[in-house]
Amino acid sequence: MKLVNEAIPKLDSGALTGGKGVYTDDIAPADCLVVKVLRSPHAHARIREIKKTAASKVPGVVVVLTWEDVPKIRYTLAGQSYPEPSPYDRYILEQTVRYVGDPVAIVAGVDEACVDKAMRILKVDYEVLEPVLDFEHALDNPVQVHQEEDYFNNFDIGGDPARNLVASGCEGEGDVEAELEKCDVVLDRTYYTKANAQAMMETFRTYTYLDYNGRLTMVTSTQVPFHCRRTIARALDLPKTAVRVIKPRIGGGFGAKQTLVSELFPALVTLRTGRPAKIVYTRAESFQASNSRHQMRVRVRVGAMKDGTVRAIDMHALSNAGAYGEHASTTVGLVGHKSIPLYAKAKAFRFSWDVVYTNTMAAGAFRGYGATQGCFALESAINELAMELGLNPAQLRLQNIPQPGETMPAYYNEPLSSSKLEECIRTGMKLIGWEEKYPRVQVSDHKVRGLGMSITMQGSGISALDTATATIKLNDDGYYTLMIGATDMGTGCDTILAQMAAETLDCPLERITVDGVDTDHSPFDTGSYASSTTYVTGNAVVKACTQLREAITAQGAIRLGIPAEQAEFDGEQVFDCAEPSRSTTLSQLAQALVVGEGTQWLTATASHCSPTSPPPLMAGFAEVEVDLETGEAKVTDYVGVVDCGTVVNKNLARVQAEGGIAQGIGMALYEDIQYDSRGQMLNHSFMQYKIPCRTDLPQIRVDFEESHEPSGPFGAKSIGEVVINTPAPAVAQAIYNATGVRVRSLPITPEQILLGGEKH
Amino acid sequence: MPTSLEEACQLLSSDPRNHVALGGCCWLRLGSRRIRKAVDLSRLGLDYIREEEGWLVLGASVPLRQMEIHPAVTGRFDGLLGRAVSSIVGVQFRNLATVGGSVYARFGFSDVITALLALDARVVFHRAGEMSLEAFLSSDGCPGDVLVEIRIPDDGRRAAYESVRRSSTDFPVLAVAVSRQGDDWRVSVGARPYAAQRSSEAEACLAQRRGAQAAGEAAAAQLRFGSNLRGSEEYRRRMAEVLVRRAAQQLEEEQG
Amino acid sequence: MKVTIILNGTPYTREVAGDLMLLDFVRSCGCLSVKRGCDTSNCGLCTVWVEGTPVLSCSYPAVRADGKRVTTLEGVQEEAEAFGACMAQQGAEQCGYCSPGFIMTVLAMARELTDPTEEEIAHYLAGNLCRCTGYVSQMRAIQAWLKERRREEQA
Repeated sequence: MKLVNEAIPKLDSGALTGGKGVYTDDIAPADCLVVKVLRSPHAHARIREIKKTAASKVPGVVVVLTWEDVPKIRYTLAGQSYPEPSPYDRYILEQTVRYVGDPVAIVAGVDEACVDKAMRILKVDYEVLEPVLDFEHALDNPVQVHQEEDYFNNFDIGGDPARNLVASGCEGEGDVEAELEKCDVVLDRTYYTKANAQAMMETFRTYTYLDYNGRLTMVTSTQVPFHCRRTIARALDLPKTAVRVIKPRIGGGFGAKQTLVSELFPALVTLRTGRPAKIVYTRAESFQASNSRHQMRVRVRVGAMKDGTVRAIDMHALSNAGAYGEHASTTVGLVGHKSIPLYAKAKAFRFSWDVVYTNTMAAGAFRGYGATQGCFALESAINELAMELGLNPAQLRLQNIPQPGETMPAYYNEPLSSSKLEECIRTGMKLIGWEEKYPRVQVSDHKVRGLGMSITMQGSGISALDTATATIKLNDDGYYTLMIGATDMGTGCDTILAQMAAETLDCPLERITVDGVDTDHSPFDTGSYASSTTYVTGNAVVKACTQLREAITAQGAIRLGIPAEQAEFDGEQVFDCAEPSRSTTLSQLAQALVVGEGTQWLTATASHCSPTSPPPLMAGFAEVEVDLETGEAKVTDYVGVVDCGTVVNKNLARVQAEGGIAQGIGMALYEDIQYDSRGQMLNHSFMQYKIPCRTDLPQIRVDFEESHEPSGPFGAKSIGEVVINTPAPAVAQAIYNATGVRVRSLPITPEQILLGGEKH
Repeated sequence: MPTSLEEACQLLSSDPRNHVALGGCCWLRLGSRRIRKAVDLSRLGLDYIREEEGWLVLGASVPLRQMEIHPAVTGRFDGLLGRAVSSIVGVQFRNLATVGGSVYARFGFSDVITALLALDARVVFHRAGEMSLEAFLSSDGCPGDVLVEIRIPDDGRRAAYESVRRSSTDFPVLAVAVSRQGDDWRVSVGARPYAAQRSSEAEACLAQRRGAQAAGEAAAAQLRFGSNLRGSEEYRRRMAEVLVRRAAQQLEEEQG
Repeated sequence: MKVTIILNGTPYTREVAGDLMLLDFVRSCGCLSVKRGCDTSNCGLCTVWVEGTPVLSCSYPAVRADGKRVTTLEGVQEEAEAFGACMAQQGAEQCGYCSPGFIMTVLAMARELTDPTEEEIAHYLAGNLCRCTGYVSQMRAIQAWLKERRREEQA
């Protein structure tokens, strides 16, 4: 391979490091109306009246919209394939507001000053209602978050809004209780993870305009342009043909932009006024009125034999959907699906879940998507189990993990078609210095460094659901245009997919151009989420490029006057295998194909949907230094060893892993969305919600153990999400090894370590 | 944008409710208060650092970053002031935020005030004149007045700074500055979360050579602590004991 | 109020409101590299130089920059090119949204510190947040660039 498995700079790196204006707000027309949203100050209330006359009369204000002005059509903002599993529980504006930040009115005007003024004088009379804020008390609470009659599910997800239940379910195999009975040791532990903010650097933003045919055109910072088009059309009661969505460069997503957030507000304004409109979320709005990771409580019962064989696992997850149910039933599924299968010797497992509504901000997708919460719970329980049995936790994993080729009952009975997890664990142990440093090293009289580890898996796309299409075109000069609907959100998928195209077509990368996504021009793709781009869209790219290669060969053969089987294409020319000096160059052929008789503009389109979702695997090792007198904990070393199949781009895969680990460390030690007793979010800024800065982190070390995934493009699996999972349990265990204090609730704060943890 | 102190004071005192003085301007966008009129103090020529007879004088507009790099500041008090500000957000923030702004705002979490208090600093206002920083902190503030400079006795004392933070560039959960000149000790505890305060009991312990641990315990017992997002009262009290002890120990070890 | 700001060497004379921040001023002059990432002076995305000193343009009133030299990434394209290439070599730009502010701070650091240690580099850049990279690739890019510069200086 020439281009796959190399460290290729991103195609857009020159534009990005040169500071070119390539993001949504940079390219928005200057005459856009400024759109802002007035938001509820109450966690639960009913709007009696909105006095909007005075606000509408502010000079420069063009339109003020309230709940009375929007279509009465329920929809979900979740960017998922139709029919979405998420309930249709939203209006654009509604008379009932369900969390602090829920939209109450949309104001648009010619500049920010007039819109701000209108927002200040807009008078809203609320009937304030009792909110339900604690997710552990939401189920069957007298306060009901969703009482609307037109609440709708596309299919049954075990929900019952009358009970504040969004979704519930149970699955398993074998007799868990009977197997637990037979175990030498059974642990029963409960773990808590918090709502975390994705906190991408570019906040939510969208601008809209009507094109010359009156079609609604939207430029938006999204991960899911095609789902976006469908949802916009539904919510605004438009035919899908009347909506076009364009995705420019976007400043990060991490799942936040797998849910529509800012899109509908300017769209409605443009439809009502006919004028271009733009909304740019403030950072506070981005924190307070978008979506976050689901807060969860996960109870784990795990049983094992004395030799360390894990025999039975029982997990229950309670998940906080917040005020709306986007991604509620699907994120919770990953809690069990992506954790239990790693313990392959288990004779029985059970995984059950409840997802509840509360009057807090809706949760959504955040890198890891439930697997992260499940990993913290089960991997922490396994670490506790190792302590209980007096076994080395790394050794215990090596004893229990599934082997390549084995079927995984807890993972939809999919086979483990490729795995170097064992090598990941062994390499990680070497790199971190496990033998020398485990469990702890005393650094000074009050500083101790502890080691901890965990393993994890994710998927590569959603089996039998995620669909990607790629189109590759041969242009008249012999260069190619690759059209994809997958959305590069900074991760570099445009580059990675171009590498695959160039590899398949045997050409230098410079000969491939890749465009951003435009639903009018790009082929359908479900979008960039569920770790699907490299694996699913990559396969579509390879298929399309292979087809184009065949077409080029066939056309070359015609020009050479030989049967197609006798011709070969080497990327530069098509030649006669019987007489290699007889050839036509690609450039000559491409020119000839678009001029005169016998023209045949060559283009190939292929779709891909995978029946399986081969898991990438990872082992993470943390060294944490704890100040025993203050409880301060700092990650001083982190080693992540990843099996993502073939590494398509060595740099970009490494940066994915480093960045994911950093976010995982943030989740473990710093990040925590908190609310006051009235449901007001307390930390809606980078001043109060601390994402790790560079002095908080070690020089994270990443290594790869590449397996070859037979179903993947060039043997590749995914990497985007698996990398965020290991830090929380590994760091928690390292802290335990340093201090003897077990903290089962994230984030682990100095105060918990010093005062609040339980000594074991 | 006034160019003289008198002009600035007149502007500020004409209607203090609606006026805000602009120092470094950081955090101007915070809060819901509408600013009707802002008076920019950046052109009053207050960005000087002077070494006068017996005093180190910092003009109110001196950026925090200067505390880390100006030799007149870094060369004194074991670099206490530089160490105190070095965790505040980042250099581009500290190039803007001023020492005067930090003092005038009297934020509880202020590292700057915690450090200056341990140096017995004095503050000079255009109208109200000179007073001790301690007196200013316990006063009602000086609305409508302009802080001109901060005067620090240049008495060659040694100093140490300790803080606990949830993350490295966050506000402190607790901050401690201790200074010493012979048996004359000063112990300042900030971010309790209330504004920094001296602990006379801890100072007495150290003066009487009862040891750093006793001083830590004394500070924890004497001062008032509270809870907020970053930490509980109990944790802060524990940290006061640890950090005062650690800071005092450094100075004990250094001077014997 | 009328101000003249020398933006990347070119004087711009404009009537500006007292509460207009330098960030919005430079963007209105076409310097789109400068981004707003927060409302609380915490993220470093909007870093520009005023008279060569890196500051947060989101918190710097435009009127205060009257008569001053303001530099954005648009004004140091040549100086930034080599470092930008080192970023690209590492994949350290990722989404690129924090890159301009980060690059401006790195260039300022290189002017201010000689042969900085890794710890000094991290400390100098602590005010530049990035959510994509975990900062490690950025450090590799800085080290590679500083090494290149040293080699060039010696040559």
